Amino acid sequence: MEEPILKIQDLHVVYRTDESTVYAVNGLNLELFSGETLGLVGETGAGKTTTALSIMGLLPEKIGKVTEGSIVLDGTDVLSATDADMRLLRGSTVSMIFQDPMTSLNPTIPVGDQIGEVLHLHRRDISRAELAAGVDKILEMVGIPAGRKGDYPHQFSGGMKQRIVIAIALACEPKLLLADEPTTALDVTIQAQVLDMMSELKEKLNTSMVLITHDLGVVAQTCDKVAIMYAGEIIEFGTAEDIFNGEKRHPYTEGLFGSIPDLTKRTRRLSPIEGLMPDPTDLPKGCKFHDRCPNCMEICRTTVPPEVQTESHLIRCHLMAETSEGGAIR
Amino acid sequence: MSTPLIETRELKKYFKTSKGMLHAVDGVNLSISAGSTLGVVGESGCGKSTLGRTILRLIEPTSGEILYNGQNIAAYNTRQMLSIRKEMQIIFQDPFSSLNPRMSVRDIIAEPIRVCKLCHSNAEINQRVDRLMDTVGLASRFENAYPHELDGGRRQRIGIARALAVEPKFIVCDEPVSALDVSIQAQILNLLMDLQENMGLTYMFITHDLSVVKHISNEIAVMYLGQCVERVASERLFENPLHPYTKALLSAIPIPKLMPRERGAGVIKGEVSNPIDPKPGCRFAARCPLASARCQEEDLHLIEAEPGHFVACTLYTGGAK
Repeated sequence: MEEPILKIQDLHVVYRTDESTVYAVNGLNLELFSGETLGLVGETGAGKTTTALSIMGLLPEKIGKVTEGSIVLDGTDVLSATDADMRLLRGSTVSMIFQDPMTSLNPTIPVGDQIGEVLHLHRRDISRAELAAGVDKILEMVGIPAGRKGDYPHQFSGGMKQRIVIAIALACEPKLLLADEPTTALDVTIQAQVLDMMSELKEKLNTSMVLITHDLGVVAQTCDKVAIMYAGEIIEFGTAEDIFNGEKRHPYTEGLFGSIPDLTKRTRRLSPIEGLMPDPTDLPKGCKFHDRCPNCMEICRTTVPPEVQTESHLIRCHLMAETSEGGAIR
Repeated sequence: MSTPLIETRELKKYFKTSKGMLHAVDGVNLSISAGSTLGVVGESGCGKSTLGRTILRLIEPTSGEILYNGQNIAAYNTRQMLSIRKEMQIIFQDPFSSLNPRMSVRDIIAEPIRVCKLCHSNAEINQRVDRLMDTVGLASRFENAYPHELDGGRRQRIGIARALAVEPKFIVCDEPVSALDVSIQAQILNLLMDLQENMGLTYMFITHDLSVVKHISNEIAVMYLGQCVERVASERLFENPLHPYTKALLSAIPIPKLMPRERGAGVIKGEVSNPIDPKPGCRFAARCPLASARCQEEDLHLIEAEPGHFVACTLYTGGAK
C-alpha cells in the first residue's frame, strides 16, 4: 500500500497562558493519501485550525505546544524538523490558505510581487524573466488577468483576493494544501466560483487537500473523506458516502445535520444540539460530548468511548460499541 | 389578506461619495403583513441592510414613502418618530460590537425600558428584565455578567431581549445568525420563531443564507444592487424561481447531500458591479446568461408573472412593451 502524504498519530496540542491551559487537540489520528480531499468539520473551538497550524509548524511560539504524538508529512517528521527545514517544506510540500483573504495579503506590496516572492524563495536561481513568466502563468491559472499583477490588494474584491491567496499557495505546486475556511468570508455565488476553481486546480496539480470548514454543504460538494471534530478529537471519520448516507452516525454529527434548515423539506422547527461546546480549559471526563448528547448513558460520563470501526467508517461512541456486534473495537 | 403593517413605496437611499452617487436602495416596493416574516436575501453590497435601517429611519431615506400602519413615517418629525420607535426594533448581525462592553447584561436590557419610560420604579424594571431574560433563555446568573464573558449565542440572546424590552410589533433582524455556529444558529432561529408565535411579531429577516430564509419566511424578496428583482411566497420561490439571478443563487447553495458533482454547473461568472451611478436597464445584465439587447435599454419594474409572484426581468414582460 502506498505511503500516506500526511500521517498524524495521537496528536496533543495545548496552549499555555498565564491563567490557564487550553487543551486544543486531544489525541488526533489522521491519514491522507495523494490526491484525496479531506473535509475537517467542526464548530468554533473544535481544534480544526490548531491541527492545521501544527502541520505547518506555525503554532504561536511559546504559547502553543505539541505535547504528544507525531506528524509525518511526505516522509519528514514535522515536529523534529529544524526551522530551516520547515521553511523549505512550507510552500513547496505544504501550503495553507487562511480564512480571511483581507488580512492574509500584505497591503503595501503589489500582488504580483507577493506571488513572485514564493517562487523566488524556493528557486533561488530563477531569472527575472522566468519569474515574471511564472507569476503571469499562476495568475491566469486562478482566473485573474496577468495585466493586474501591479495592483495592490485593496484594488481587488474579496473573491479576487481569495483567488490571489490561492495562487500564492499553489505557486510551487505543493503536495498538500491546507485550506482553512477558504470561502466562509465570500458570497454564495463567489463561493461557488472559488470552490469550483479549487477542485479543478487540485485535480490538475494532483494536490491533496485538507478543507477545514463548518459547512456540511461545502463538504458534500468537494470532499472524498470527512472527519468530524469535537473538542479536539475526531469523533467520526469516513468516506463522504459514510457520513452523508451512512446508517449510523455519531449523535453530534446527527445534531449538526439537524441544525441545518433543509431546503428540500418543510420543517417548522429545527432540532439543534442543546447547550454549548465544553470549556477547553476544563474538559469533561469520559465522552466530551456527553452533557449535550440526547443519548447519554452512565458509561459516557466516566469512560472515554472506544473507536468503533466498520469498514471505512469510524465512530467514537459508546452507543456504537454496544449495538454493532460486527464492528471491530480498536 | 390583512392590511400590511409595513409598506414601502419607491423607497430610495443614495449616498454621496467622491466618485458619484451610490445607489444603495433604488426604488424598493414591498409590504409585510402583520404577524408574518419577509425574508430579504442578496449578496454583500446589494443594499439589504441599508433597506432595513432606512425603514426604521436609522438612516434617512432620499425619497419614497415608508408606511407603518398606513401612516407615512418618512414624513414624521423627531418627536413623532420617538413615539413609534418602541414599536419598531432591530437585532444586529454582530453580537460582539452591538453591545456596550461596559454595561452589564441587566443594564443593557433595561436601557430601552428606561429610555422609553415604560416603567415607573426600579423594582418594576427589574421584574421586567427578569421576565425578558427568561423569555430568551438566558439564565439569571448572567445578569451581572459583561458581554465579553459570554459566547456569541448568549450575546445574541441579549440583543434579542433588548429588542423585545419595549414590546415592539415589528423587528428588523439584520443577519442575526450569520456570526454563529450552526448548532447555536438553530437554537436562535427556533427562539425567534417561538417569539413570533407567542407575541405576534412581524419580522423583516435580512440574510444572505437562502436555506435560513426559506426556513423562517412567509415571503421572500431577492435583492440585487439596490433593487428588488423578485418577490414571492417562500415555498414558490424554491419551486419556481423566475429571475436568472435567483436561479443562480439557488444553484450556488452548497447542499449537504451527496449528489453527482457537475463541475461548473450553474456557476455564474463575474462579480457584483459597481453601485455608483449605475447604467439604466437591468443591473444583472452583465452577468446574466440570458441577457439580450433589450435588458440594457429599459428600466425594469416588478411585474406579476403569475398570481402573487413578482419579478423584474425582460424575459417575462412579453414581446411588445
